[in-house]
Amino acid sequence: MKPMLEVKNLHVEVGGTKILHGLDLAVNKGEVHAIMGPNGGGKSTLSYVLAGKPGYDVTNGEILFDGDAMLDMPADERAAKGLFLAFQYPLEIPGVATMTFLRAALNAQRKARGEAELSSPELIKRVRDIATKLGIDHEMLRRPVNVGFSGGEKKRNETLQMTLLEPKLAVLDETDSGLDIDALKVVADGVNRLRSPQRAFVVITHYQRLLDYIVPDVVHVLSKGRIVRTGGKELAFELESTGYAQYREEAA
Amino acid sequence: MTAMSAELHRLKTSAELALADAFATAKPTLPGDPAAVALRETAFGHFAAAGLPHRQVEDWKYTDLRTLMRDAKPLASPPDADVKARALGAGRILAGVDCRRVIVVNGAFVPELSDLGGLESGLTIGSMAQALAQGDRFVSAHIGKAAPAGDVAVSLNTALMGDGLVVRVAKGANVARPLHIVSVTAGDTAIASFVRNLIVVEDGGRASLVESHEGPAGVDYQVNTACDLVIGEGAEVDYLKITTEGSGALHVATLMASIGARARLKDLSFTTGGAVVRNQRLLRFEGVGGFAGIRGASLLKGRQHADVTVVADHRAGQCQSQELFKAVLDGDARSVFQGRITVHPQAQKTDARMMTRALLLSETAEAISKPELEIFADDVQCGHGATTGALDGQLKFYLMARGIPAKEAETLLIQAFIGEAIDGVEHVGLREALMDATAAWLAGRG
Repeated sequence: MKPMLEVKNLHVEVGGTKILHGLDLAVNKGEVHAIMGPNGGGKSTLSYVLAGKPGYDVTNGEILFDGDAMLDMPADERAAKGLFLAFQYPLEIPGVATMTFLRAALNAQRKARGEAELSSPELIKRVRDIATKLGIDHEMLRRPVNVGFSGGEKKRNETLQMTLLEPKLAVLDETDSGLDIDALKVVADGVNRLRSPQRAFVVITHYQRLLDYIVPDVVHVLSKGRIVRTGGKELAFELESTGYAQYREEAA
Repeated sequence: MTAMSAELHRLKTSAELALADAFATAKPTLPGDPAAVALRETAFGHFAAAGLPHRQVEDWKYTDLRTLMRDAKPLASPPDADVKARALGAGRILAGVDCRRVIVVNGAFVPELSDLGGLESGLTIGSMAQALAQGDRFVSAHIGKAAPAGDVAVSLNTALMGDGLVVRVAKGANVARPLHIVSVTAGDTAIASFVRNLIVVEDGGRASLVESHEGPAGVDYQVNTACDLVIGEGAEVDYLKITTEGSGALHVATLMASIGARARLKDLSFTTGGAVVRNQRLLRFEGVGGFAGIRGASLLKGRQHADVTVVADHRAGQCQSQELFKAVLDGDARSVFQGRITVHPQAQKTDARMMTRALLLSETAEAISKPELEIFADDVQCGHGATTGALDGQLKFYLMARGIPAKEAETLLIQAFIGEAIDGVEHVGLREALMDATAAWLAGRG
């Protein structure tokens, strides 16, 4: 079986600064991978390069998603293929109603995949059902995207989007940062509901705490632009007690 | 006579000379009793003394009419049946909105094309040409009263005004169904029309008013339109100006609003058409506690030039003026925002703010912003702000990361940007029609 996601010897520069130095990663469908590591190690860069953010220069290596080379695809095509990035800092979009945004996103993806667009009433029903399941206040759906939302509300909104868009591969970039325990549970609950043999997750986090709620199959340590260690979920507990100091030194 | 010659001597460009010629020729036939004739003469005298405004005239610094107006087109003649027939589909931008439509073709009010049946109680609509010819005292009492002396666009309009509408909303009357004045230039020849509207909303009255301007593409016709808007004490007016003139048009418009005590004016200028547009919104607060929310949304491309010049003249205390102007610029388009707030010594507790934001979609588009504050009272709050920039790449990426293609992501963000200005329109149907027009403009960007 070919992995769902293959990152091979990935080298990335941002504004002339090398951030990733030959990163390798393979994620099979049905798996949850956690990527941990010290700040500045390249975790967020990896998530943005996966999602297709402009401004990240890939100088070497490749990324295959379902066997297809992905680096030349713009972000929207990657999303339509089933990749989802939950942002560390979801953006506020004044003037764009949440429902308008969700409809545009879902229907653009369906259109790209040759599926019929969803009517507004169907979409509204689907979104409301998800909101109810995730314990999200329906009032949030009436506001412009993320405008005036607390950090927790923004992450809940990311979870709602992820649930609606049903990606094959979801990358969660430090979704736990700045979250209280209730919001953390909502996010974890959203991920756990979506876990299936057909779907994979890459959970990027600095702390082990999130992994109490989203139990990973594989844990990687990313430091100085490379995966420096890979293990099972017990690796997360080890990191919690030892910290990242040894990896900073090893990589240096 | 000598004085006149001396004044005329200052007119040099072919456009200026042609205007002088047009005035001399048309004078005997332009509508008006002796008082109106005198008004025209005085106004033309102002123009003759000043000439067409150019870049050294501060108020016209960025819209140099002397250069932009190479010639003056012949005055429009009354529309014949063929021309009227061409005007039939006009005002389509608001086709889905229940409005009372009154039609002005080539500068002339055409009652037979207008919806004048079942007028709301307290609403009267008449012809400006007729009123001027008859020496109507209601018109002479109000026309030009809120006009700042020395504004050349207004002087030319007053000198050459042919027709237009006289609208009166009586004390306490409520005209909730929008009254849409559809001004259309029809025909393939370049003509000039000078339209003058007078709208009086008396004490405690309420009205929703729309004026729209359109014409054929590729014809370099000229429109000079002016409106005296008198808002009585405690009256409320929602005003919408839609400019979708043809691609070759020179369009000069002036709203002169006199705002009574505790009166409220909400005004939006929506501009997508015309080669050169100069849109003046001149507000005068005449009584305490007045409010004016003045907004603009311009969508420009190609080599379009659109100038909006707003003057908020605070002559009475405790008045509020809030300005929000947004421009989306593609190609080599240029937008100009000039905003002046004047607070007279007696206008204490004035709260006056202006904000202008431009979104540049191309490297060669240009946005100019010139705020001016003249404050002679000490207990006031005044502020202004201006931003110019490209679309936010972070926001665009966020939308694309959700599967929305680049073009559609831009469209959503631009609609949201313009939407903030359009949101000020109270009437849901009008608001939706403008958002649809914005979407259509964006779809046409290609």
